Amino acid sequence: MNTKIRVGWRASVGLTGDVLAALSVPLSFPLLIALYYGESPLPFVAAIAVSLALGAAFRSIQDPSVNLGPREAFLAVALIWFLVAAVGAIPFVVAGVGTVAHPVNAMFEAMSGLTTTGATVLRDFSLHAKSVMMWRQVIQWLGGLGILILATAVLSEIGVGGAQLMESESQTQDVNKLTPKISQTAQLIWGIYFGLTGLAIAVYFLLGLAVDPQMDLYNAVAHAFTSVATAGFSPEPLSVGAFHPLIQWAVVPFMVIGSTSFVLIYFAINGEPMRLLRNEEFHFYLGAMGTLASVVALGLFLDPSTTFGAEGTVRHAVFNVASIVTTTGYASTDYVQWAPAAKHMLFMGMFVGGMVGSTTCSIKSLRWLVALKSFRRNLYTAIHPESVRPVRISGKPIDEGAIRDIYAYLLLSIVIFFLLAIVIVVDAERGNATVTEFEALGAAATTFLNIGPAFGDAGPYGTFATFPLSTRAVMIVLMWIGRIEIIPVLVLFTKAFWTS
Amino acid sequence: MHVVVIGAGEVGTSIAASLASDHEVVVVDVDPDRAEQLKYELDVLTIAGDGTSSEIQSAAEVDRADMVIACTDDDQTNLVACGTAKTLGDGFTIARVKSTDFLRTWQGNEGAFGVDFMVCTDLLTAENIVRVIGLPAAVDVDPFAGGLVQMAEFEIAAGSPVAEQTVSEADRFESLTFVGLFRDGEMTIPRGDTDIAVGDRAVVIGSPESVQSFATDVAPETTPDRADEIVVVGGSEIGYQTARLLEERDFKPRLIERDADRARWLAENLPNTVVMEHDATDTEFLSREHVDEADIVVTALRSDEKNLLISVLAKRLGVDRVIAVVDSPDYVTVFEEIGIDIAINPRTVTAEEITRFTYESVAENIAVLENDQAEVLELELTEGCGLVGRPISEVVAESEVRFVIGAITRDHRLVTPRGDTVLQAGDHVILLVESESVGEIASMA
Repeated sequence: MNTKIRVGWRASVGLTGDVLAALSVPLSFPLLIALYYGESPLPFVAAIAVSLALGAAFRSIQDPSVNLGPREAFLAVALIWFLVAAVGAIPFVVAGVGTVAHPVNAMFEAMSGLTTTGATVLRDFSLHAKSVMMWRQVIQWLGGLGILILATAVLSEIGVGGAQLMESESQTQDVNKLTPKISQTAQLIWGIYFGLTGLAIAVYFLLGLAVDPQMDLYNAVAHAFTSVATAGFSPEPLSVGAFHPLIQWAVVPFMVIGSTSFVLIYFAINGEPMRLLRNEEFHFYLGAMGTLASVVALGLFLDPSTTFGAEGTVRHAVFNVASIVTTTGYASTDYVQWAPAAKHMLFMGMFVGGMVGSTTCSIKSLRWLVALKSFRRNLYTAIHPESVRPVRISGKPIDEGAIRDIYAYLLLSIVIFFLLAIVIVVDAERGNATVTEFEALGAAATTFLNIGPAFGDAGPYGTFATFPLSTRAVMIVLMWIGRIEIIPVLVLFTKAFWTS
Repeated sequence: MHVVVIGAGEVGTSIAASLASDHEVVVVDVDPDRAEQLKYELDVLTIAGDGTSSEIQSAAEVDRADMVIACTDDDQTNLVACGTAKTLGDGFTIARVKSTDFLRTWQGNEGAFGVDFMVCTDLLTAENIVRVIGLPAAVDVDPFAGGLVQMAEFEIAAGSPVAEQTVSEADRFESLTFVGLFRDGEMTIPRGDTDIAVGDRAVVIGSPESVQSFATDVAPETTPDRADEIVVVGGSEIGYQTARLLEERDFKPRLIERDADRARWLAENLPNTVVMEHDATDTEFLSREHVDEADIVVTALRSDEKNLLISVLAKRLGVDRVIAVVDSPDYVTVFEEIGIDIAINPRTVTAEEITRFTYESVAENIAVLENDQAEVLELELTEGCGLVGRPISEVVAESEVRFVIGAITRDHRLVTPRGDTVLQAGDHVILLVESESVGEIASMA
């Protein structure tokens, strides 16, 4: 007997078509840059053509009679994230310069960009046109905004992971109910995102004028795009390390703001800053960052081989810890050269992540906080089995179902992370590349948790191009899965999803 | 005063009974038999019918009523009855509710639902319990003058430092007055040479601090502090409100609730309470959780029988003080005879609270003592009334009514009454008076 497909996939495809067509708008930004600098506009013209054509084709498939329910939303989320990356890879292929000319590498770069991972396969930054380098920045900025809109507007509707948590955590300040209409909420988030990006451009550019001519308008825009998005690409091979220390300091607050809940930022802007300042997740997140930075700084002070001086040591510790914890992935120095202890602290920092409802990736502070509090509760109930103790975040009880979801998410993440690490080691061995276990773990964490640089060859000043092609292909998939919080992708592989 | 009482349950009957002698009372009840019965028990007019209907209300002459008291067992009925009454006349409306949600709505916007005064049974009961917990040796405690003054009733136990002393010997507390002494159910107004015997119940009025130190003197071991273990059994609305009020007073109570969903709800809403989900009649559980070592146990389950069972169990396990919520007024004496320290009946508490408002024109606040033998009143003295401008000793000597002035507050400050204290207009006078003379005293203010 044939199983009947019950998913209104035509609706999902139609929505994907809308998004693909809309992608032509951001694609015209690097097109303008290409025209300005007298570079070939072809990569972007081609990509715009494909985005419009695919958009039109997909929309023609759309069945307006089908409503977008939870299943259709899952499918649409997965499709959009994958296909936007695919279209985003076109300029790299068409430009045909350097490592990213290869389709898999191009897809890796685009997926890394869209998921705001920030891992790159570029080897020589100087080969590439300014417009192509700017496209990497733009796609990251879109990825940062996209996940926010996705989390507030779509994922919360279908009850997935972080977005659902954000609701139970905020309750009275329900993200969906910032305004009665989701579209209005999305607009508010857009507004905040635009405002922060504009502020970052202004700050970087003015600082550049004052202390560092290398931070010109191009670089100011490029870095503003990827710092608020906590994304991590930089057109500079030395990343933010290429700029004056003052600029490095200035980047830190923008990374931190980008990884702070946009809902709480909205309230803070609207005269209720206490909601943010009293938030336990915020405390936990800042505390984790502060602790890690102090330990790393101490490690660097005690390590005779590093010679940054007092300010430099503190700056590199704060900057790189903030960069890793916020999952941005900028670097101010090549931390691969650091002592193992400091590197291991950074590795641990990869798993923290920012706040729910921000542009960051990774596990996220709220999940850790809930898991730790729930563990403490379990210790208490071991002694008092009858006691009923809700886990509270900022005084508000967390739903037990959400706690179970968090445990499931943590377990799933750890399993996928270790499997990926094994694949990297085995595949590297097969491809005659030398990857140590620690480097493999780092590379697995950094791609799956969407952070960016890892250790060894894939360090902040290195490239992922040294991994075998097959490994990179696996990483593409895992960046995709990791960014949309695993579940929307995994449900597509269940039979129950496709049949009734 | 023309008073319409809607609902002839225990609360309504009790209110009607205390008003019947001095006022023109009409009682409305849906049950014709109940209405008929009440007609003979009390000197009131009864009407059988739905108290929310304007037809029935018109028959009760609500249009010329000074006061409409809706005290059926159903919240909505009471609110609708008040709403209807407001459309017919402009009498003062009082509604009895159980739901704290209604109370909050009303507090946020007084006059909501057409209600002028709302009495929340469960909250009131919880407040009572918490007051009694705060003064563990007291049988009854009531605040007056916005909390500046407290009235408390203590039972004098054997070995109490004030036992076998005269009132003047025992009266070593600043700003505290002995206003009444109950012995074998009889009230005496104490003089300086009156002896205080073991088993007497002494009523004192004074500042909360002096009442507290009197309590410490009467029963030093039982005075609670933060370290004391308080266990509330039963997560009913009363149990919940009790725990919440205890939390407000910096206690960290434990609460036992059997129902899992309710326990979860309680745990979510009571951050400083340890909620345990279990059957409180399980003695093994009680000893494992060291409930036997608790200083105070409050039973607030929905069933009187279970409350009795757990109270007895707690007493047997050795709990110092057991306070029980008793739903049926008939059982109150049974509980107390068995040795449960305090039995609190929500209906009595409600009736007291409502009755005090029937004196609203003159009395600010009132407490009913010992089965309505005496009342403690708070009167605000008006210019030109019979009490103003004369020293207390003169007023008392001339009056035929037996009363004792326990405390005076003037401009929100406590003035300890002495024989030569001259009363002024605007003073709040807290006095104890025999119930039958309440009307006369009230008319003097």
